Parts: sequence; C-alpha cells; structure tokens
Amino acid sequence: MKENLKVVGHDAVRLDIVEKVLGAAEYTDDIAFGPNLLHMAILGSPYAHAEILSIDTSEAKKLPGVKAVITGEDYPEKFGLYLKDKSIFPVDRVRQVGEQVAGVVATSYEIARNATKLIKVEYKELPVILDPYDSIAEGAILIHPDLGNYVIEPWLEAQPGTNIGHLRRIRKGDIDKGFAEAETIVEGEYHIPHVAHTCIETHISVSKFSLDGRLTMWNSTQSPHTQRNIMAVALGMNHKDVRVIAPPIGGGFGGKAGISMEVMAAAGAKSCPGHPVKLRWTREEEFYNSSQRTGLRNKVKIGFKKNGKIIAFKHEMFWDVGASAEYGSNVVNATGFSATGPYYIPNVYIDSKACYTNNPTCSAYRGFGYSEFSFGIESTMDKAAKIMGIDAVELRRINAIKEGEGVAYDVPMNPNGLIECIDKVAEEIGWGIEEKSDDPNKIIAKGFASVWKAPAMPANESSSAFIKFSEDGSINVMVSGMELGQGLLTVMGKIAAEVLGLTLDKVRVELPDTDRNPYEWQTVASHVTWSCGNAVKRAAIDARDKILDIVQRAHFIDKSQLYLEDNGVKCTTQDSFYIPFSDFVITGIQTEHNTWVGGPILGSGMFMPEYTNAMVDPKTGLGGHPMVHYTVGAGAVKVEIDKETGRMKVLKMAEAFDLGKAINPDLSKDQINGGFVQGLGTAMWEQCIFDEKGKMLNDGFTDYKIPTIVDVPRDMNPILVEVPQPDGPYGARGHSEHTMIPVMPAIANAVANGLSVRIVDVPVTAEKIAMRMNDPKYKEEM
Amino acid sequence: MNHILKFNLNGEAVEVAVKSNEKLLDVLRDKLGAVSAKFGCGVAECGACTVLIDDLSVRSCITFAVEVEGKSVVTLEGLQADGPTKIQKAFIKHNAFQCGFCAPGFIMSATELISKNPSPNEEEMRHALAGNLCRCTGYQNIVDAMNEVAEDNKGGVK
Ligand code: FES
Ligand code: FES
Repeated sequence: MKENLKVVGHDAVRLDIVEKVLGAAEYTDDIAFGPNLLHMAILGSPYAHAEILSIDTSEAKKLPGVKAVITGEDYPEKFGLYLKDKSIFPVDRVRQVGEQVAGVVATSYEIARNATKLIKVEYKELPVILDPYDSIAEGAILIHPDLGNYVIEPWLEAQPGTNIGHLRRIRKGDIDKGFAEAETIVEGEYHIPHVAHTCIETHISVSKFSLDGRLTMWNSTQSPHTQRNIMAVALGMNHKDVRVIAPPIGGGFGGKAGISMEVMAAAGAKSCPGHPVKLRWTREEEFYNSSQRTGLRNKVKIGFKKNGKIIAFKHEMFWDVGASAEYGSNVVNATGFSATGPYYIPNVYIDSKACYTNNPTCSAYRGFGYSEFSFGIESTMDKAAKIMGIDAVELRRINAIKEGEGVAYDVPMNPNGLIECIDKVAEEIGWGIEEKSDDPNKIIAKGFASVWKAPAMPANESSSAFIKFSEDGSINVMVSGMELGQGLLTVMGKIAAEVLGLTLDKVRVELPDTDRNPYEWQTVASHVTWSCGNAVKRAAIDARDKILDIVQRAHFIDKSQLYLEDNGVKCTTQDSFYIPFSDFVITGIQTEHNTWVGGPILGSGMFMPEYTNAMVDPKTGLGGHPMVHYTVGAGAVKVEIDKETGRMKVLKMAEAFDLGKAINPDLSKDQINGGFVQGLGTAMWEQCIFDEKGKMLNDGFTDYKIPTIVDVPRDMNPILVEVPQPDGPYGARGHSEHTMIPVMPAIANAVANGLSVRIVDVPVTAEKIAMRMNDPKYKEEM
Repeated sequence: MNHILKFNLNGEAVEVAVKSNEKLLDVLRDKLGAVSAKFGCGVAECGACTVLIDDLSVRSCITFAVEVEGKSVVTLEGLQADGPTKIQKAFIKHNAFQCGFCAPGFIMSATELISKNPSPNEEEMRHALAGNLCRCTGYQNIVDAMNEVAEDNKGGVK
C-alpha cells in the first residue's frame, strides 16, 4: 500500500493540548451546575464479608439538609457488564470492604458525609477469602451462592456452586504427547497482587432527572453508550431519554470502562428530580470502590525441543477478580484465549479461572490481564533459555509466531513484525554487551520480554461516526470514542483530514454526547484507532462522495477526474481547477441558470468486524474466532542494582510495538513512554496491601507509591514498527495498552541476569532482592 | 462560623464568606469559579491542586482558606492573563500532557521553579517537580519541554 499521505503518519500537536495547557478543558467537576446542585456521599462497609441484618436510616434522614437516603431496599436489582452479579446497594450481604451500603443526598457534601455516619447497620461477619487458592479450596464459603441465577453473557461459563465466576479452557493438540516429546521442561509459579489505576482524577458522576423524567449524566467515563444502555435497561426507560455526556476525563486506564459508581449517582438523582446530584470519589474511595487490577496466581509449564522450539505449553491461571466478576470475567476470558504469549505452539493447555474473593472488585486495567500472565511466561522463558544454553532473545526469535500460524484457539495469526520488534529492542538496549557500573558495589544488568495482546471485546462490538461541514469548509467529527489522553481526537481528526484533503486546523473532533454523537461500544481494548478509525474513514469517504457528486453535476466533470486537496476540490485534467470547500459545502454551487446544486455536506460511517465469533466449544476453546488480531512487541530494560541493599535504578528502556501504521508517530511514542512508566510502577513499587480482614493498608499515594518524575529512566527509547493490519484504517492497529506489558518480566529478568535471583512475585522490591539474593530457593543459575 | 475573607486572586481583590474549616481549593473552585486547580487527593499527595500564594507553590487542598487573608493567590487563570507563558508554550509544543488533569498543577510548580532558578539543570528540575504526579505521560515530554525552557533562559530570562 503506497499512498502519498499528507497528514496521517506525520507528527502533529495534539488537537486537545492547547485547551489542557490553558486550563480551558472543563472536566466533569469543573462544570458549573448552579445553586440547584446536590451532593452525594456513600456509606461503605467496614467488613470484607458479612450479612446485613438491618439498616436503620431514620437518624440520617432527620439531619437538616438531607434530601434522600438510599439503600438496597430501593434498588434490589443486580447489574453488570457481562455477568450481573453486582448490587447498586446490597440488601443481604457485603462482599468487600468499602462496598456501598447506603447513599445520602444533601445540600452539601459535608452534610451528606455526616449523615452517612448516622446510619446504623447491623452486620454478621462471615469468613473472609482473600486468595484465589482459598477461593477454590474445598469447603470454601460461597461468595455468590446465587451465581446460577445471575444473568450472564452466553459465552461465559460460570460454575454455580463454586466461587468460579467464569472458566475458559483451551485444549489444542495433544498436551501429553507434546510434553512426552519435549527435551527440556521448565516450570514456574508466580504471583501478581492487586494494583490500582490511580487516575489523577477520581471517578465522578453528576446525574439529573429533569422534571419531565429525562435522565442526563455527566460522567468521567470511557463508555458513554454502554452506560446509557445499562441505565436505560435498568430503569426501563427509552434509550433516547437517557443522555450521557462525557466531558474531558482525567485518566481512565480501564478503570472508567463499563459502569460502576455512576449507577449510584443516578439512584441519588432519581430521589431528587430537578436537581443535579454530584458523586465524586475521594482518593480512598477510588482505591476501594472503582475497581482494581486482577490479581493472579499462575503456574506455567513449557516443553521445548532440542532446537529451542516450544512443543507443549500448560498454563493454569487462578484470577483474583475480587467481589464481583461483572467485568473481570472478560479479563479471564480474553487471557484464557491468549495466555501463550506471542509464540507458535502446537500443543496448548490453558485453564483460566475467575475466582471470587473478598478483595475489591477488579475490572479492566490497561493490558487487560496480559501484563499479569506475561510475567510468568516471560520469566519462565528466561529460565528455560539459561537451562538450554540458548540466548534469551534468540529463544524468543525461534518461537515468534508468524503470519498464518495458528494461535492458541487455532485461528491463523495476522501479519506482524514481532521479529523486527525483538531485533530493534535488542539492538537499542545493547543486548549481549556486558556493562559495568562505576560503583564496585553495583552491577548493571539487562532484561528482555516479548509480548502480544488482542482487543478483548464482544464479537459484534461496533463504532460509528458523523462528519459535518460548516460554511468555511471546516468540519466537526462526531464520534463516541473517548479521548483518554491516548490521542483519539488527533487520530480521528487526521483520518478525516486525510480523506477529505483538509488541513488539521480545519478539523474539530467532538467528545461523546449520546444525544448528538453516534454509537461507540466503549473506548477500551486499544481498539478505537482501528474500529472507530475505520468508521471515521468511511464517514469521510461518504462525505467525499457527496462533494464529488455535487461538483460533477455542477461542472460537468467526471468524478473520476476530481480529487480533494488543500481544503477544496481539484481536477487531474485541469491544473487551474480549484473550488474551495468554503464556496459550496453549505450553500451548494450556483449554475449558469442561477439555480443551485448541492446542500450541506454530511458523512456517516460505521464499522463492525464481521468475521468474529465468540461461541467456542467450552471444553476446548476451539471452533470460534474470538479475537480480531494481535498487536505484538518487545521491551527491555537496563538496570543498576546495589548488591547489598538490592536497590535498583532503571537506567534505560527500549520498547518496540508493531502498530501497523502510526497515524501520529510522536503520540504513539508518548504512549510507549507513558505505558512503560505505568508498568514500571507495577514492577517495582505498586501493590494493594490488605490485612487479614481485607482492609487495604495503603489507600493513599503516600503508601501506594506511583512513579514520579524522579523515578523514571533518563534514557527512554520508544520504537515503532509498521507491518500493516489489512483491515485497519491506513493499516493501523492499537498499541496503547501493550506498552505496559513487557515491564514486569523485563525487570525480573534483569535481576535474574544480574544477581542470579529469580523474583516470582511482583513488585520486585529492593527488600525482596536483598533478602533472597543468597537464598538457594530463589537461585537461578547463569 | 462564617468569616469574610479578603485576598487578591489573580490580580483582583476578592471577598468571600468562608467557614473556618474550608479548604482553599474548595473555595477557589466552588465559590470563586477558579476551577483550573484540581482535586486529585485532598491530602497533599498528588500536586493537582497546586496554586501560588505570594509566589510560592502551595497545595491548596490542605490550605485553610482563612490562611490566605491579605495574600495574593495565583491560579492558572491568572498566570496567563497576558497570554500563554513561555512554560505553557513549551508544554504545548512538546505535547507534554495526555489526559491533562495534572497540567495546571505542573504548570504552577514549574512556574515557581523557573522564577527562582530560570535555568535549572535536568536533575534540579526533576526534583522540583517530584511532588506533581502524572499517571499518563511517563514525564518524558514534560522534561523535554522544561529542558527547552531552561536552555532558552541561559544567559538571562527574556
Ligand atoms: S489534591 Fe492537593 S495534593 Fe492532591
Ligand atoms: S496527563 Fe494525565 S495525569 Fe498527567
């Protein structure tokens, strides 16, 4: 595909940077809602698992300024994205600390908060489960005894009578025969704790039922249409009467996908018609009541032939999804299909289990489970490389999956540049070159990992777009893909500009408003560049066709000779022919008879993958086509470690991803830098720490450390590889989430390479390194 | 107890009724419409609420409003009264932010730094900005933009 692209593929200043740097971007909490605004506060459970015996709200209701007190009695129904196992407010039992037991709406937040303290709840404590192994143990108390009665997506396999919310199996080839033929078998067992998204903007929703019954919500969200759908169905309303507006969002990372606290704001608003009701999480609530990243205990077993080729692969994953699997069940599903890593393997056995615990509920988090499982795979690969005496990078090259080879569910792999990613990263990090620290107490080591990820989504996810021209030839692009900071507005603007021959200053892309902008499933899965991008491209082509049609009719020039460039229409056979859009896109073109041809130019486009199929055989995971494509990549770090204290500093990073086509090369590199640093946090410091009763001990930034500007490598090397995606706009596929995935294993592999100590549980802290350095249990031979 | 607080906000004298326990961040945002300062944690851990009080960067989320009596408070709205500052222009040029929620706080901290030390070296600059958390960017473009400002300021602020 050789195209002479004018906008796509070139660097650009983000379309939203000026408003953000000037403080003009109005985030949800910045919007003025007037004196009618009410505030909501929530009473959270102090227990991780308890029966609710009684709730007495009478004192709270008496407090002056209180407008409404809401409990589960008012809202007995369950909700959720894929598995409806979540209560708006629970009636019978709480399943995690902080679970919302009641909400108070009042004239000020202070009053609402004070009123929550007057609510009396009687609980009976139940045994608490905090580890997935305990969750599946025989005789474990059932966290959801009603699992069998919940409404569930047909492609999920809940296991009623157990604590398993979903089980995805892969059985490809003959696993026993594969291991029997293996020359070397290497195993490992790993643990990933819960971590938190920690968007700097906490969750916020302002909801309002107008006096005529319409519901309008201003939500900090990645999923306006999905939220509208859930609200409309739950409330028995017409979709047209529910409006979700998505103002600029202060970070998402999956944490603002689907729906969570917004339902409570709507419940509060329903009790106070005519008033906007604001619910904003505190930082502490953000840790407990939004969602966290799934924890994982996993066992990896890989069988290799003499030449290093993987012949058999067994992966058992026990996911700690927390108190609800409404969204986490799909993390379990997606990883169940993909937890081989980016390698061709003939014989595969995967069990992926969603284990309920009494930890905070987990849902989507940048990487959607792939970070968690890749840690174990990539650690085992390094261990195996040493045992077999094969270079760790070479072992990955040997096994790298190629176009057409079957993935774990035996569908051919898409075109990809994995080897190129591996080679470029190895070269940039100086793989194989030994380096020494100037400080004799410190060593320098390198670690490597290669990864993949596919968008996880229902088979029939879809996107759509409108484009409308204005008098001056500028356009507004209406999509419901959300700008999360990843650069969506600039991507969509560029795609439209490219097709329509516009300069970028003529393009404005609007944030979602379900009344005005057309449908988008959700901005998750790193799929909107591809999916929404395709819709925008089609909308632009539709508008272009209308423009060409009008010019053909007015000027009697065949369409095939017309093209769009420089904000107007040109002709291949007449050099001097040029009509600027501003001449006609609203008014039309005047003919020699003084009549007019044309009218306001609009374009619309939609996109849905038409080859996907989630209905696999539950026993084998085969027979469907659950994923659209994989984006592959590799990452490496160079670290300096103090041999006594274990303190580690990452000096350099390199990461390469095959994004098909970089619509915005500079912004794509920014995604790699940002994702790497988010990954670095989870590799070195971040972990939600719970006491034995399920209370989180570090629910603030002082004790839950995320990377600062001082903690990051000084030498950052993002690399872009472009092997086009056949069905992507200009060949593009997503890569924003992927950038986190290599970091945890690359760090652990660097430590193992430098000090011969294998850390199997992240974060890889100085303390763990120092304590285990001389412990034979953790020894890994060079 | 309500108190009539008088101070200078972004170059203008303001008077506002506040309670003794009200925080400056809430008063700025909810009563005075200066919403550029953001709520990120409320306990001085993230820097999103940073404003300048008498030219020093301060976490407005833990500052009692009554503490600014008679003082001068500058938020992003006032900082750019004469158009984007050199720091802001550099942040724009380098696509320094992604979601942008941390941007106002960073800009205030960076403004204080550059006013005290117009040409900081990279490590000085990183340490001065270490109290501002950004979850999106990995900080690289912020560093690049600030290095450009520092470089440009060598030999005197223009
Ligand atoms: S809101 Fe003030 S430091 Fe976080
Ligand atoms: S740009 Fe999102 S927190 Fe900094």
